[in-house]
Amino acid sequence: MRNSELKDAVGSASVRSAGEAAPLLELDALQKHYPVRRGLLNRPQSSVRAVDGVSLAVRQGEALGLVGESGCGKSTIGRAIVGLEKPTGGRILFEGEDMAGYSEAKLRNARTKLQMVFQDPYSSLNPRMTVGSLLAEPLRVHGIVPKPDAAREVDRLLDIVGLPRNSQDRYPHEFSGGQRQRIGIARALALKPKLIVCDEPVSALDVSIQAQVLNLLKDLQQEFDLTYLFIAHGLGAVRYISDRIAVMYLGKLVEVGPAKELFLRPKHPYTKALLDAYPVPNPQLRNRERIMLQGDAPSPADPPRGCRFHTRCPLATPQCRESEPELKGDGGHAAACFFPL
Amino acid sequence: MTSLLDVSHLRMAFDTDRGKVVSVEDVSFSLRPGETLAIVGESGCGKSVTALSIMRLLGKNSRCEGGEIQFEGTDLMSLSDADMREIRGNRISMIFQEPMTSLNPVFTIGYQLTETIRLHLNQNKKQARASAIEMLRKVGLPRPEAIMGEYPFALSGGMRQRVMIAMALACQPKVLIADEPTTALDVTVQAQIMSLMKGLCEESGTAIILITHDLGVVAEMADRVIVMYAGQVVEEADVFQLFENPQHPYTQGLLQSIPHLDGFEEEERLVSIPGSVPARYSQAEGCRFANRCSLASERCRTQPPYAYVEEGHAARCWEAEAASEEEEAYA
Repeated sequence: MRNSELKDAVGSASVRSAGEAAPLLELDALQKHYPVRRGLLNRPQSSVRAVDGVSLAVRQGEALGLVGESGCGKSTIGRAIVGLEKPTGGRILFEGEDMAGYSEAKLRNARTKLQMVFQDPYSSLNPRMTVGSLLAEPLRVHGIVPKPDAAREVDRLLDIVGLPRNSQDRYPHEFSGGQRQRIGIARALALKPKLIVCDEPVSALDVSIQAQVLNLLKDLQQEFDLTYLFIAHGLGAVRYISDRIAVMYLGKLVEVGPAKELFLRPKHPYTKALLDAYPVPNPQLRNRERIMLQGDAPSPADPPRGCRFHTRCPLATPQCRESEPELKGDGGHAAACFFPL
Repeated sequence: MTSLLDVSHLRMAFDTDRGKVVSVEDVSFSLRPGETLAIVGESGCGKSVTALSIMRLLGKNSRCEGGEIQFEGTDLMSLSDADMREIRGNRISMIFQEPMTSLNPVFTIGYQLTETIRLHLNQNKKQARASAIEMLRKVGLPRPEAIMGEYPFALSGGMRQRVMIAMALACQPKVLIADEPTTALDVTVQAQIMSLMKGLCEESGTAIILITHDLGVVAEMADRVIVMYAGQVVEEADVFQLFENPQHPYTQGLLQSIPHLDGFEEEERLVSIPGSVPARYSQAEGCRFANRCSLASERCRTQPPYAYVEEGHAARCWEAEAASEEEEAYA
């Protein structure tokens, strides 16, 4: 499997040749298992394999979309990158260096470069802090600007995300969902990060507001040369923001490719099914042919043997039940399937 | 065709700590037997309040300040509570967005399902159990007998919503009100639930009122569509008309702001509607969308009429009205 084709697709460290620049962020066989404790002694009995060996590279300046259904592990990956979860296996490399080996001081510095925008703009802002102090807090903690200049820096952040400057003295509850998400984005920008993990940044917002926030994210990316890991289940939003897209199913990557290519010619049956299930806002297309999956995804605590998708795959064969396909492909488009479409 | 349910000039108000709030004003529509009518709009536009007032499920602080809701010739608003209970769950039933909170966690699925059936269809325990199992089979649940003894927590979101559908359709109602039935579900499960709902309702001739914010779902499911904004109906049309030729600037903005899957040119941006829904919109004079509308002009300070632009297609906008008058003059 370790060939140059795969390198294109996932850019894994182990297959990169010497002279190449390292991607900004790299996941190498990342794993996060949560123990399930049961019984009298509360001993771990089994584990939920939320993320089970994901290798993926995020290149400088790109927007990488990460899609999948609830419980597939996409948010866990985002949280592991910004340090909210400790991986149970594999490595996270930031600018080519394993973050596990970082000293305390270095880790602190790296944290400023990796920021996150959360899904729920209602619960991710402290209701007792004014917007001014919410935005000044990271500046103070990391000593980015001297104290007297903090207010001016906060004004600058508010300008950037399109909120009035007099928002400084107001509290989060005085803002609408879309405005709160702008505050969340401003806070992520405060430390001048290189990579922002956007975890479902628009799914809690109304349709007409979603477009505003998506446009803002796109503008900011250009203006500040940001790299995004854009996690979402809304395929339209992901398509709009992303240059490349990675599809996850039950803790594994099933397909990675350039956004346009992947949507036009999905290789993995799951990707195809996901695209087919997406309701298209055009009544003329309502009777189109599509793969309709049956049932729910199995539990990540007890994933099926072989290909994890075989229990719902319309094309599954005995081979799929026995052995697990590896991610392979060409031209930067790879899928983990024995019988790619 | 005669209509099954007629809502005319409905006005619902709520008493709150900060005074009266009118959340739905002058909402009129009719539902024909067997059709799927979608009500679309953003949060707070009054779509759920409209649905809940049909079911008469709004709290004590709510008041109907005008209009009526005719169902098969009776005004639901004037019925006694006992008569309303006969209709609710039997002739008109409803499924909600969150299937976990609409099932009682301390009773088994079987208990909750047979309760509905025994209450409305006067069946004995044994018959009700058989009908319940039959319904669970119909909604595509595996091992229906075993699921009868399960508690809601043991089922996934998709399975719970199937149970809700089974419960709602058990009495073969004339109208099914589905309030964001798939919003909490994954897309692949959403597709299953939608086609299940559509199939079962076609089989039993049940009309659906589908409340949603997702225009994709509307395009897949609806026969006719009502678009609501700030407590009012701003446009009503056949689903094909609405997507091809939207008349109200709000509908146009909504349709343009959905990111589609076909792809984007390099520098292409999403069209977005600036600003947000005004708070306390009922006190505003004139068109409620005017402060976000790119076409707004002087005349928008007075309330535009809700006028038909073509057969079965109405909009609440001066622009749409002017366009249709020009067309008439031309003809």
